[in-house]
Amino acid sequence: MKSKRIKVNYLARVEGEGALYIKFKNGSVRDVKFKIFEPPRFFEAFLRGRTYNEASDITARICGICPIAYQMSAVHAMENGFGITVNGQLRALRRLIYCGEWIESHALHIYMLHAPDFLGYPDAIHMAKDYPEIVRRGLQLKKVGNEIVSLLGGREIHPINVQVGGFYKVPARNELEEIKEKLKQARDDALETVRWTAKFSFPDFERDYEFVSLRHPDEYPFNEGRLASNKGLNISIQDYDNTFTEEHVPHSNALHSVHKERGAYFVGPLARYNLNFDRLTPLAQDAARSAGLLPQCHNPFQSIIVRSVEVLYACDEALRIIDQYEKPEMPSVCVEPREMTGYGCTEAPRGILYHRYRVDGEGVIMDAKIVPPTAQNQKTIENDLWHFIPKNIDTPEEKLTLQCEQAIRNYDPCISCATHFLKLHIDRE
Amino acid sequence: MVKHFSRVNHAVLLIGIGNEHRSDDGVGLNIARRLKKLNSKQVVIAEHNKDGIALMETWKDFDTVIIIDAVSSGAETGTIFRFEAHTKPLPANLFHYSTHSFGIAEGIELARTLNQLPPYLIVYGIEMVNYDSGTGLSLETNEFVQKVTDLIQQEIHSLFHT
Repeated sequence: MKSKRIKVNYLARVEGEGALYIKFKNGSVRDVKFKIFEPPRFFEAFLRGRTYNEASDITARICGICPIAYQMSAVHAMENGFGITVNGQLRALRRLIYCGEWIESHALHIYMLHAPDFLGYPDAIHMAKDYPEIVRRGLQLKKVGNEIVSLLGGREIHPINVQVGGFYKVPARNELEEIKEKLKQARDDALETVRWTAKFSFPDFERDYEFVSLRHPDEYPFNEGRLASNKGLNISIQDYDNTFTEEHVPHSNALHSVHKERGAYFVGPLARYNLNFDRLTPLAQDAARSAGLLPQCHNPFQSIIVRSVEVLYACDEALRIIDQYEKPEMPSVCVEPREMTGYGCTEAPRGILYHRYRVDGEGVIMDAKIVPPTAQNQKTIENDLWHFIPKNIDTPEEKLTLQCEQAIRNYDPCISCATHFLKLHIDRE
Repeated sequence: MVKHFSRVNHAVLLIGIGNEHRSDDGVGLNIARRLKKLNSKQVVIAEHNKDGIALMETWKDFDTVIIIDAVSSGAETGTIFRFEAHTKPLPANLFHYSTHSFGIAEGIELARTLNQLPPYLIVYGIEMVNYDSGTGLSLETNEFVQKVTDLIQQEIHSLFHT
């Protein structure tokens, strides 16, 4: 009887602190635990008693990488409850700031965190010795995303310019024009990123996933749409709690989200791409096809190409928004608080981010629920490893360990969000 | 000591690093703010979170840069580490504790690889004790913050007067 145990006590190149433990015997996996030991942060609890307009700035503090997603889900939930719709240029500016966040977050993950796996480097610093110009390109892309967030959000980290009903201040047209030339270069760089990542070698690995993302009638989704899946899901955001549930697992401080009837599901770039290929711009579609991607892609290792396609889309969409921009007369629409329960779900870089708030007649938050994308992907990440290891049981231990880490990084997990950290431990007895 | 002046305004760039919502982790920011109050034309003060990648952009116009950050190495609280980072890598165990995947030490090493390190880069690491949620420095560390501030002020002064 051959049993093995592989242990990795610190998994690098992920956001936050966690660990992975895998044990297998006679070629079969006996245990997989994606452990998240970063302590819970109790954001939902301390939102209680705060006013409705504080939720976006408080929840933005959950993550230094995707604060816009938290702000957007918060304001959309409040607006849903108050019966407000934000249209026109204010809505377009929300898409623009989301483009900035996707560009910076995806560029960071593609170039600094995930590409070293495919090119055989321990980290981006070692990769940069052999590929300095490529790393510089990634840094330049990230910078353009940061600049969009700074311009519209007031500052790069924990932006403060978003509010229920719109913004506190909106940019003049010439302020957006200034970033246009940089965005055109970023779009070229994004296209090169798609071509570059398409040349990587990918493990032959596919599973029958349930991909879940927003689906909008006209747009590749950022802020709005219905929740859809490739297994027939088609619900409004209000039905999220009826469809999905969160489960405590002993080895994780983050709740595992599951579909109530079908279990684990998959959120993020690959889910968005599979459900919304037809909503990508022609440039992004052509780049995906040229990279060898079909409109359906079920290999999570190829998520790095899909992420690159999304960067390209975000640059393209940002340029479209800027071209059509006219400064709105007012930075926000009027908000009149009332007793309500509001629901919001937007597409964070890592996938759908759900917020629900119950607010009293004075606009004070009585109850809050936040479900980040990494919490939703946890079970799918564990399931990938349950399937991946038996197929690669004869792989030398060191290489297998690296591949397991790579499989986790396919999801760009943000553990800070989910507990709101990652150490890998594989056992072969 | 060799004089190093910035390409732009002949000032030293001082970068205070930290998260003021994590108690003593805010010591770098605290010292940067104390130095800012001195209103010296010789120093440009910047505050920075722990995103190592963004450091290159922050210091791109400066030849002389001083970074101050909290460290947790197990040394006695209040220990002051000083590294000439332009000559050799930082000890990774001192600065690699950001929950973000690309911390200060990694940002400095990436800059070194890409030849984007300032010619003169000093990193101060201050051994702190409490990194729990909350604002303000703990009493036992607050006492010596001024001492570190004075030390750095002296170093800046010597850059211009030796």
